[in-house]
Amino acid sequence: MSPEFLYFIETVINGLMSGVMYSLVALGFVLIFKASGIFNFAQGVMALFAALTLVGLQTGQVPFAHLINAIFGTEIHHFGWELPAAVAIAGTLVVMVAFAWIFEKLVLKHLVNQEPIILFMATIGLAYFLEGFGDLMWGSDVKTLNVGIPSGGSFWWEDVTKTWAAEGSDYFGMYIDVLDVYAAVIAVILVIALTAFSQYTRTGRALRAVADDHQAAQSVGISLRSIWVIVWSIAGFVALVAGIMWGSKSGVQFSLSLIALKALPVLILGGFTSIPGAIIGGLIIGVGEKLAELYIGPLVGGAIENWFAYVVALVFLLFRPQGLFGEKIIERV
Amino acid sequence: MLYREAGDFKSTYAADQQTFPIRSERMLFWMAMAVAFIAMPLLLGAYPEGSTYWVKAILLPFLVWSMIALGLNILTGYCGQVSLGTGGFMAVGAFACYKLMTAFPDLNIVICIVLSGAVTAGVGVLFGLPSLRIKGFYLAVATLAAQFFLVWMFNKFAWFYNYSASGQITAPERTILGIAVTGPNSAPWATYLLALTLLFAFAWVARNLTRGRIGRSWMAMRDMDIAAEIMGVSPLQAKLSAFAVSSFYIGMGGAMFFSIYLGAAEVTEAFGIDKSFDALFMVIIGGLGSILGAFLGAGFIVLFPIFLTVVMRDGLGWPTATVEHFQIMIVGGLIIFLLIVEPHGLAQLWRLTKEKLRLWPFPY
Repeated sequence: MSPEFLYFIETVINGLMSGVMYSLVALGFVLIFKASGIFNFAQGVMALFAALTLVGLQTGQVPFAHLINAIFGTEIHHFGWELPAAVAIAGTLVVMVAFAWIFEKLVLKHLVNQEPIILFMATIGLAYFLEGFGDLMWGSDVKTLNVGIPSGGSFWWEDVTKTWAAEGSDYFGMYIDVLDVYAAVIAVILVIALTAFSQYTRTGRALRAVADDHQAAQSVGISLRSIWVIVWSIAGFVALVAGIMWGSKSGVQFSLSLIALKALPVLILGGFTSIPGAIIGGLIIGVGEKLAELYIGPLVGGAIENWFAYVVALVFLLFRPQGLFGEKIIERV
Repeated sequence: MLYREAGDFKSTYAADQQTFPIRSERMLFWMAMAVAFIAMPLLLGAYPEGSTYWVKAILLPFLVWSMIALGLNILTGYCGQVSLGTGGFMAVGAFACYKLMTAFPDLNIVICIVLSGAVTAGVGVLFGLPSLRIKGFYLAVATLAAQFFLVWMFNKFAWFYNYSASGQITAPERTILGIAVTGPNSAPWATYLLALTLLFAFAWVARNLTRGRIGRSWMAMRDMDIAAEIMGVSPLQAKLSAFAVSSFYIGMGGAMFFSIYLGAAEVTEAFGIDKSFDALFMVIIGGLGSILGAFLGAGFIVLFPIFLTVVMRDGLGWPTATVEHFQIMIVGGLIIFLLIVEPHGLAQLWRLTKEKLRLWPFPY
C-alpha cells in the first residue's frame, strides 16, 4: 500500500477515536433530552466537575481549601492520604447522584412547564455555577488524572502497519493511542449497558415511558420527579466516564468543559433523541474533522477543526433539521 | 411624590405607548440625562487623574455593553431567536471599524462606527438565514457556527489586521472637533461623551423601532410564529430584519468596544465565546424584551465583578482566583434564580416596584 493511503487510514482511525470521545459527551445530552426535554448545556461542565472531584478524592485534597485558608488564615491543602481509584470513582458517583438530587429539588421542580428555551438558559446558568463551584472546591490548576488506564502510542500496531507499506518507502507505521482504544471499548460497553438498562429493567421502562409521553407516564403512576433524579444521575455517571477519559487524555482543566460545545454539532447530526445517533454522529464528526483538516485545511490556512463541525451541522440543519436518527419534528398548533 | 398618578386616563394609543407615562418620571429621566451629559463630563474633565479609572473600568464598559445588550435584546428578547454568536458579530464590527479607520483616515469616527454596524448587519442576515428553518436551541447551535467561524477567519486572514506581526488591531488616533477620542492620547471625558451620545441616539431609535410596526412583528414572531404567519407577518422579513437590526447594534457595540474602550484587541481573546455568554446573561438578568432591561443587565454584569473584587479581595483579603470563582458561581446561580423567580428580569422588578409605589401606602 502507498504511504498516502496509509496516512488516510491513520487519519480515519484517529478521527473515529476522537469521535468516540465526542459521543461520550453527546450521550449524556441525549439521555436528559429524551427524559425531560431539557437541552442540558452543562453536560461538559458536569464532566469537568466529575473529573475534578475524582482527582480531588483520589489525591486527598481538602475541599474548599483556598476558601478556608483565606478566611481562617490556615495552610491546609491535603488530608495526606491517597484513595485507590475504585473507591474514588465510587465516591464521585455518590457526589454526582447527590448533585442530581439537589438540582431537581432546587431548580427543576420550579421550572416545570417552562418553555424549552428558558430551561436551556437555566442550564447555561448551571454550567457557570458548577464551573465556579468546582474551581472553588478543588482549585483551578491543571491536574493529572490517572485511574490506571494505560496510554501512549502502541508499538505493536506501529510495527504491524510498517509491514503494510510498499518496499523501500519510508513509512514508520501508524500512531494510535492505547487510551483511545480503551475509551472506544468503554463507550461500546456503556451504550450496551444503557440500552439493556432501558430495555430490561423496570426503571428503564419508566424512563422510556416518560420520554414518549410525560402525561401518559404520569397517569399510569410514574413519578416524574424521581425519574428526573435518576436521569440526571445517569447523565452524571456518563459525565464521569467522559471526564475520566478526557481527563486522562489531556489533564483535568477548564478546556474540558468546552467539549460540550463540540458535542452540539454531534447531536444535530445524530438527532437529539437517539442514542445510536449520538454515537454515529460523533464518529462522523470525528472523522470529518480530521479529514477536513488534512485535505481542506491546507487550502484555507489550517486550524479549521474549530468550526468545521459547526458548519457541517449548519448545512445539515438546513436539509434535515431532525438529524439522521431523530424523530421528525412536527409542529402542532 | 415620585411615581404617583391619579388614575389611568389614557384615551389614545399614542398615550398608551408612551415611554414615560408619568410626568415625574419624565423629569427624572431628563435630570438623569442632564447629569450624564453635562455634569459627568465636567466632573471627569476637572479631575483628569482620577477619571481614567472611572471611565475605563466602569463607565465605558457599561455604555459599550449596553449597546451590545440592546442589540441582543432585540434579537432574543423581542424576536425570540437565541443567539450565541454575539462575540463573533462584535468581532465583525471591530474589524470593520479598524479597516475603515485605516483605509480612510479622513473619515469621521462616528461614521466609521455606524458603517461597521451596517457591515455587521449584512453578516448577521447571512447567519440569520438558517433561522427561517430552525428555531430554539437548534438556532443557538447555528449561531455558534458563526461565532467560531468568524473568530477563526479574523485570526487566519492577515488582511483583516493589516498584516501586523502580532495579529492585534490597534485603533489609530481620531479626533472630533479637534479632540482626540480614540488612541492613547484620548481624554477620558471625551471618550465617555462620545460613547454616551451614540448610545443615547441608538437607544432612542431602538425604543421607537420596538414599539412600531416592525417591533410588533418581531414580538408576534416571538410569541407564536405560526399564528403570526397566519395573521400576515412575513417570517422572512420579521426574522431577517431582527437579525439585521440586532447585528447592527452589536456591530456598533463591537466597534466601540475596540476603538473607544479597549484601543487594541486580539480577536480570540477579546471576542471569544465568553463574550457571547456575557451578553446573553445581561439580557436575561436585565429582562428579555425590555430596553431598560438591556441597561440594567449591562450595568449589573459590569459592576458586579467590580463590587465583588472590592468586597472580597480588597475588603476580606481573599486571593484573586478565589474571588473569580465565586463571581462565576454567583452569576450562574443568579441566572437560575432569576429564571425561576422572575423570568422577566430586573426590568420587571422595576415595573413591579412602580406598581407598588402607585398604591402605597394603601394597597387594596
